[in-house]
Amino acid sequence: MLLTISAGRSAVLEDPTDLGFLLHKHPGRAQRFDVYGGTAHVFYPEVDVDRCTAALLLEVDPVALVRGRSGTNDGFALGQYVNDRPYVASSLLSVAMGKVFRSALNGQCRGHEELAGAALELSLHLPAVPGDPDLLRRLFEPMGWEVSAGPIALDDTRPEWGDAPLVSLGLTGTMRLAEALNHLYVLLPVLDDAKHYWVGDDEVDKLVRAGSGWLAHHPERELVTHRYLAHQRALKDAAMQRLVELDDRPVDEALDDEAVVARPLVRERHDAVLDAVARMRPSTIVDLGCGAGALLGSLLEMQGVARVIGTEVSALALTKAAKRLHVDRMTERQSDRLTLLLSSLQYEDDRLADIDVAILMEVVEHVDPDRLPAVTANVFGTMRPRHVVVTTPNAEHNVRYPALADGGFRHPDHRFEWTRAELADWATSVGQRYGYEVEVRPVGEADPEVGPPTHMAVFTLGATEVPA
Amino acid sequence: MTTLSIPELCLVVLIGTSGSGKSTFAATHFAPTEVVSSDECRAIVSDDANDQGATSDAFEVLEFIAGKRLERGRLTVIDATNVQASARRSLLALAKEHDVLSVAIVLDVPTGVAVERNEARPDRDFGARVVKRQHDQLRRSLRGLKREGFRTVHVLESVEAVAAVSIERTRLFNDRRDDHGPFDVIGDVHGCRVELEDLLQRLGYATVRDEQGRAVDATHPDGRRAAFVGDLVDRGPDSPGVLRLVMGMVAGGHAVCVSGNHEAKLVRALRRRSVTTSHGLQETLDQLALEDEAFVVAAREFCDALVAHYVLDDGRLVIAHAGLKEKYHGRASGRVRSFALYGDTSGETDEFGLPVRYPWADDYRGAATVLYGHTPVPEAEWVNNTMCLDTGCVFGGSLTALRYPEREVVSVAARQTYYEPVRPLAPPERDPQVLALDDVLGHRVIDTEHMGRVSLREDDAAGALEVMSRFAVAPAELLYLPPTMSPVDTSSREGLLEHPDEAFEHYAKRSVDRVICEEKHMGSRAVVRVRADGTGVVHSRTGRAFFDTTTQDIVLGRVARAVDAVGLWDELGASWLLLDTEILPWTAKAEAMVRRQYARVGAAATTALPSAATVLEAAAARGADVGELLDRTQSRAENARRFVDAYRRYVQPVDNDLGVQVAPFQVLASDKGTYELRDHSWHLDMADRLVQVDPDLFRTTRRHLVDTRDEASRADGARWWDVLTSAGGEGMVVKPLDNLVRGPKGLVQPGLKVRGREYLRIIYGADYTDPTTLERLKQRNVGQKRSMALREYALGLEAVRRAVAGEPVWRVHQCVFGVLAMESEPVDPRL
Repeated sequence: MLLTISAGRSAVLEDPTDLGFLLHKHPGRAQRFDVYGGTAHVFYPEVDVDRCTAALLLEVDPVALVRGRSGTNDGFALGQYVNDRPYVASSLLSVAMGKVFRSALNGQCRGHEELAGAALELSLHLPAVPGDPDLLRRLFEPMGWEVSAGPIALDDTRPEWGDAPLVSLGLTGTMRLAEALNHLYVLLPVLDDAKHYWVGDDEVDKLVRAGSGWLAHHPERELVTHRYLAHQRALKDAAMQRLVELDDRPVDEALDDEAVVARPLVRERHDAVLDAVARMRPSTIVDLGCGAGALLGSLLEMQGVARVIGTEVSALALTKAAKRLHVDRMTERQSDRLTLLLSSLQYEDDRLADIDVAILMEVVEHVDPDRLPAVTANVFGTMRPRHVVVTTPNAEHNVRYPALADGGFRHPDHRFEWTRAELADWATSVGQRYGYEVEVRPVGEADPEVGPPTHMAVFTLGATEVPA
Repeated sequence: MTTLSIPELCLVVLIGTSGSGKSTFAATHFAPTEVVSSDECRAIVSDDANDQGATSDAFEVLEFIAGKRLERGRLTVIDATNVQASARRSLLALAKEHDVLSVAIVLDVPTGVAVERNEARPDRDFGARVVKRQHDQLRRSLRGLKREGFRTVHVLESVEAVAAVSIERTRLFNDRRDDHGPFDVIGDVHGCRVELEDLLQRLGYATVRDEQGRAVDATHPDGRRAAFVGDLVDRGPDSPGVLRLVMGMVAGGHAVCVSGNHEAKLVRALRRRSVTTSHGLQETLDQLALEDEAFVVAAREFCDALVAHYVLDDGRLVIAHAGLKEKYHGRASGRVRSFALYGDTSGETDEFGLPVRYPWADDYRGAATVLYGHTPVPEAEWVNNTMCLDTGCVFGGSLTALRYPEREVVSVAARQTYYEPVRPLAPPERDPQVLALDDVLGHRVIDTEHMGRVSLREDDAAGALEVMSRFAVAPAELLYLPPTMSPVDTSSREGLLEHPDEAFEHYAKRSVDRVICEEKHMGSRAVVRVRADGTGVVHSRTGRAFFDTTTQDIVLGRVARAVDAVGLWDELGASWLLLDTEILPWTAKAEAMVRRQYARVGAAATTALPSAATVLEAAAARGADVGELLDRTQSRAENARRFVDAYRRYVQPVDNDLGVQVAPFQVLASDKGTYELRDHSWHLDMADRLVQVDPDLFRTTRRHLVDTRDEASRADGARWWDVLTSAGGEGMVVKPLDNLVRGPKGLVQPGLKVRGREYLRIIYGADYTDPTTLERLKQRNVGQKRSMALREYALGLEAVRRAVAGEPVWRVHQCVFGVLAMESEPVDPRL
């Protein structure tokens, strides 16, 4: 990956070759440095009276990168060996800049302090950076850069594939070299969503330092911090607070931005399910397909509930649920009430016996239609809870969502979505077959024409079979 | 010398005071691992074998270890004083829980000797008082030991007696593991002598008759033997005749027989015990009244001596009248006998007044085949490796036998209805479609025909669960997943990672002379299951549906028609086929991946590297010392161009109305059998015939035969690969021509892939051909991949074998799931 930095002759830079002083790299020499992930080379392709260009070329060793990784990547996915990492400007380039241009980044230049403090006519070029032209403009223009973002075709022989998610980036502007370098230093990792090194507490410090003076006012501040910190929520909140403080604003005001994320339908669905469950006065509840445990916490709060079981087919989801519910900090009395099980609706599971209420919240629509009968046989025939609560989207309501106006499902993994009549048909036939009484209810505000956004079927095992 | 007899599997409880020599006795007569000692358990929990404060914890450990051993069917000796009834009680309960017999061996040595021995041991500070008290307790216990529940009690009353003992282990009555048959296992006869004679004749037996013309024995020319699952008598017209024949066969060594509940009840009736003579017993008693006294006595003794179940053929076959759950196989206890005679009853009765039986076979997951009767069923069917052979002959149904090990059902119809059934014949006991989580999750061991026991790791199973549950097609349709394939050993040639030489050498070393090189299609692996009516499924390596349903219907319809057109349905006598295929183009499945990964890498590389080269050229022109870097960058730019060429070959559209082509290369199975023993020429010939009738849909697989003993032939093979891959081909797979080959060390790899130099760029990266990178890559280790490939191969074959044999879905699914689980194991994905 390549970065070229050009400085043009101007009133404050009579001799463009002085760029060499600012970068602490002699224009006459080609130098190499060992950096994280490979080797950095610095050389000057252009040195004349009007213009001086320095180049930083980073040669990445992808195999070494794979070996050096920790955490989520165990080196057993093909994508780690064949990827665009060696070619596309990324956080690796930031790291290399941090090492090779450290003094320049800090704005230090002994003996040339004035030059370091002066706004130069700079143009920076990176032949391939991730992102789309629009995003790049939004990120760089607020600092005064003139952005040229040239699209790159995915494959010349396949025009129907369109452009690659890459652009050839040119930045032209008049500013201090240190500022320019810091912009890249912070924003390259933002463009590179797959951040390559572990995000720790010191990352926050780095961001704050490099972003000081400009990041707090940046209109895309949220996006920048979010991506820079690799989606680590806890860390991000800490960073937000400190950035806001730097911005001289009260802390809680900034945190209000988060509330926008609350989706009313999710809450309405939860409330509807919890309300239905509470009326059943259960002792044992199982949330089948509990995901990351969004509902489990509320179920645990219910009085009189001796046991809450969450099942998931994804081990990762269970780990997230355990984290979300702070299982490791629960007292024995608390953790005795909660069981998280790796299980699948396609298989009979002996551990799920004597259940009062089974919840299938937004689950059935993720099951292939031809595998749904096995799931119903398992839940209603084998598990035979006293009650079953099923929620699923109402397909008729989709026309009210602009994105779905032309059809399609609410989630790419949905295998079907039912109309009100289809849910009623299914629920009735399941009820008859397995001896459950059925009631179908709307969830969310019902539209007079297309009904509620979501609907719920509540099953109660036939009165004759329920012990008094 | 006294010989003490103890059963091969039992719990031996040593009883003796401290210092009575129990540990020495145990060490003399038993293997160290068979002995669980309280002193050792004390040491395990407290680091002090004599810490009496640790006794309670130590005994928990002791009982846990003993329990695990008994669960696994291992003889276990308890080395503890056991002089108190309470201590013995929990051990007896343990034996009972695991349905093993318990044996007490009492070492009743004089107190003086024991005290003396204790004093000689510095770690023991017991006073004589303790030993004396223990001895008193022992003495008080002696008389009641049998009553406490010990099946056998041996008392050794002196030091000499202890020393003079030898121990003999005797087999349990039910243990006939060394008897390998073959058997003809026959269901409930219930006095239907005529039908029994009919059946024996059908099975090929010659009946031996006495001077009165009565059948008294039957022999088979091939030495086969009959195995009766009990209920010979009652209800039918000639129970004495059946008894005479079976007693004769058993006495002559031509049959084995287990007891049925009706035999047990007959014995009680003949002993003049009070029994109700319902369920056809009266008929038998009336018939026996006409026989002479000697026969009746012989019949009573015969029935009385019948064992409740047998474990046969190295534990692979169990016969018991009412069936037997796995935990009880080879065990001896009252409840094991009850289960074998009466089934899994709860004591409740149904609306017909008959005992309610729990359908134990539904939950059966054992490896042994269990054959039984007791509950009349309309037809003998496999339920989880068990089969009920009572097809209600006396009720006008049929008398059924199963040939073992052939597993072939042979039936003769009843000549008439002799007895009206109380309740209608029971339907089959379980829904064979139902899967249980225990079938797949946790550490699993699967018995395979070709590789014995294949073990699956718990973590892998968890990894596969999500994919199988969320994305795979329905388990009943998923009969097979293809195994992974190992690459060839790394080439010794310069500049190459893989070359055919090593493949030929691999097989030559294993005495595989004839190999076939098959072109590796630039597509995706797909399994096609097609029925004659055009239904079925096309799925990927992980069990996902390959197409949307519309396309699938079209493809399957055309496949079925082509199979029909070439006459394959008739030729194989099949109504469905399972084909291993490659579907082209790759982008049919992988378009998103090509675009998101390969094209993106290509676009980035072919943009960034030439830019870098231009900048470097400018620097070089200025005289900067960047020559080496420039050369390298230019060479990498060239590699990037080749990388783009390599992936582009995969996105060549297929020029037909569907936009896809199917290249079948192996017929895995049909409802008539599996075909791994047919050589690959046969398989490819089948494929070629399909290509001939529908060249638009089917694509041929190019091939080349090589004799691995012949240098010239090998060189030809290598040239064939060279031509194939330099024209942009992915490479080839080298397989033993004979298909499944077993060498002295087990299965031989079913195939080795030899990939082309350019193709490998999209696997190992554009620059893998750089000398230093290549040198590093050559250190790759294919061992784990090879081992996985074989295990997955064995599992795949087992899955289709089970499917073809009509085994329940879960049995097939276990193997299929196993392949997927193994695929989730972390291995280098580039291999």
